[in-house]
Amino acid sequence: MKPITLIFLLLLAGAGFAGVEYREFTTPEQQEAYESLTSELRCLVCQNQTIADSNADLAADLRRQVYEMLQKGQSKDEILRFMTERYGDFVLYNPPFKSKTVLLWFGPVLFFLIGVVFVILLIRRKRTRPSKALSDDERQKIRRLLDEGDRS
Amino acid sequence: MLKYLIPLAIFIVLGVFLAIGLKLNPTEIPSPFIGKPAPAFSAPRLDSPEQQLAPADLQGKVWLFNVWASWCTSCRAEHPVLNELAKQQAAPIIGLNYKDAREDALSWLNRLGNPYEMSVVDPEGRIGIDYGVYGVPETFVIDKKGVIRHKLTGPVTPETVQQTLLPLIAKLQAE
Repeated sequence: MKPITLIFLLLLAGAGFAGVEYREFTTPEQQEAYESLTSELRCLVCQNQTIADSNADLAADLRRQVYEMLQKGQSKDEILRFMTERYGDFVLYNPPFKSKTVLLWFGPVLFFLIGVVFVILLIRRKRTRPSKALSDDERQKIRRLLDEGDRS
Repeated sequence: MLKYLIPLAIFIVLGVFLAIGLKLNPTEIPSPFIGKPAPAFSAPRLDSPEQQLAPADLQGKVWLFNVWASWCTSCRAEHPVLNELAKQQAAPIIGLNYKDAREDALSWLNRLGNPYEMSVVDPEGRIGIDYGVYGVPETFVIDKKGVIRHKLTGPVTPETVQQTLLPLIAKLQAE
């Protein structure tokens, strides 16, 4: 194996191991809850990774926290509340719908609508603009050109 | 005329938004704790692990809760500032020694001076999670009733001491 291939494979393997700990779950529901929670919570150090994806220390601690709370029989909602009470809404990858986040939710729709209105206005204006009539001079010139074309 | 003003207006609005975006610090996450009671805990002291400290023990005092670790470089930067602050005796500084080894923490304080009235240990970062700590150092200002009134993320600087911490402590002392 070429050294470069080996390095590449090793890097790939490293990425694959991110955030994997051995955890035992009593029920499949619990495991499912763990997996969905860790992929909904943001790693606050790395910010663009979920705690399931991140290798950061804090992410590992938060994974442990989620696991322990599930073991104690706490529900998903309770765990999400625990996290937002401590880290704010920023810890959630799905931002909650609030007055503060209205623009976040409706911004794309709003911009799309603005675009649609703009396009409609543009088309209308083009249609209503009267096409410029040709003057007699121009008409004769075109006639002459066409006739010449026929002859050659 | 309007034809030229509209793109200009759009440009200005975009410019303003981008300028605001540039000034925001994405690593500074507002703490949901401001105005809420400091989460309770009972943790062993760094200097004498057989003794415990709880926030309730500090009722009636304005105090600073500073999260630090010997492995944290920003903590080293803020350490002399904390030493200076401690000398002024404006408010006791309680340390939270976060995910650190006891020997490392003790030798760090020996070497660099100890600004803390005392430090408690949080070897697994559990108290840290309870306080919403996501990066060391962080500093909380807690009032006489045990309510968190302010939080600083990142190292304390002489400017923040003068402009934020000392005026706030004076105000809270008077409450």
